[in-house]
Amino acid sequence: MSETYIARSQAIASRLLGNEMMVMSVIDSTFFSLNEAATLIWESADGCTELMDIVEQKICPTFQVDPETALHDALQFVRQLSQHDILKVSSRPLNEAASVKIPA
Amino acid sequence: MNTAAHHQIGIEVGGLPVLVHTQDQKFCDQLAKYYAGFVSHSGVARFHFEVEQLAQAPDPGAEISVEVRDGIWSVRRADFTAECNPSAGSAKIRQSAGTHSFDSVLRIIHTLALADEGGFLLHAASALRNGRAFIFSGVSGAGKTTLARMAPSDATILTDEVSYVRRLDGRFEACGTPFAGELARAGANTSAPVDTLLFLQQGPENRIEEMNKQEALQRLLRNILFFAADPGLVSKLFETANKFLESIPVRRLTFRPEPDVWSLIQ
Repeated sequence: MSETYIARSQAIASRLLGNEMMVMSVIDSTFFSLNEAATLIWESADGCTELMDIVEQKICPTFQVDPETALHDALQFVRQLSQHDILKVSSRPLNEAASVKIPA
Repeated sequence: MNTAAHHQIGIEVGGLPVLVHTQDQKFCDQLAKYYAGFVSHSGVARFHFEVEQLAQAPDPGAEISVEVRDGIWSVRRADFTAECNPSAGSAKIRQSAGTHSFDSVLRIIHTLALADEGGFLLHAASALRNGRAFIFSGVSGAGKTTLARMAPSDATILTDEVSYVRRLDGRFEACGTPFAGELARAGANTSAPVDTLLFLQQGPENRIEEMNKQEALQRLLRNILFFAADPGLVSKLFETANKFLESIPVRRLTFRPEPDVWSLIQ
């Protein structure tokens, strides 16, 4: 499987309430309330850390979940947010690559 | 030289005065009746609306288009077009005859002006009691009009449908509006600091519960009236909603449709 890099879009407004990130697209006003795991991925979406590294280094130890399950859930989350242009997704670090679509 | 007669009427909602200019005296009379409690005679205007009524305009459709481009607000529906320059304080409106189309334009201009100034219109009833404003938000059927109908004599209804929230001197105020729902009656033209935002649901008994901020933000954003896909204004609205929730208690009000529910609201 190819590598996946993710970066937060600039076209969003966000606010951390408790342990959950509230994110709204300023383009279409779509609103997302991210749970703790999703918030952790969101905060790690710097465009240069590979998604698998985020899962292995942050999600698995924090939530005691196996890497395969965690990656499956993370990809699902990334796919959902990228469909609303809230997350940018790429097969290369995002400062040097065109974004790609994750197959449904 | 334009020899057509010129008529005007002032309408002030939420402290935002609009001076409507028209060549139709009958339209002026209709507005005076429709906005009876909100007619202003001060001559002061934040916006001047030049209204042209179209003899044959299509029926209003559901689709509203609101665009912000180069500082100009463009609002369109099947039965009207409005171009508003907020910096100049002017708007040109072409609309179907009567108050219905005009009222829609007025509401939308208020949503845009408020978003820019740290306020919002909310799908909610509101009432003033003991000098404080209580806002009751909910989807259609949640009980906004029911609650307004049962209000005791010492409560002043600001609206049963569209609540007007503005930021004034660092605090949030609720203002009365003429934007009525099923009650078909304008609210009182007054204002007060917001005490509590209550999200409504009907149930077998009356009770008030705490709401977590995440759910409150989600429900607040869902019920704010806003139509423009403008990143700048949407960002401001998001910030305003968060500031509002930081300073105003939010609760869930479950109630049975009996007047005694008002014993919880004071």
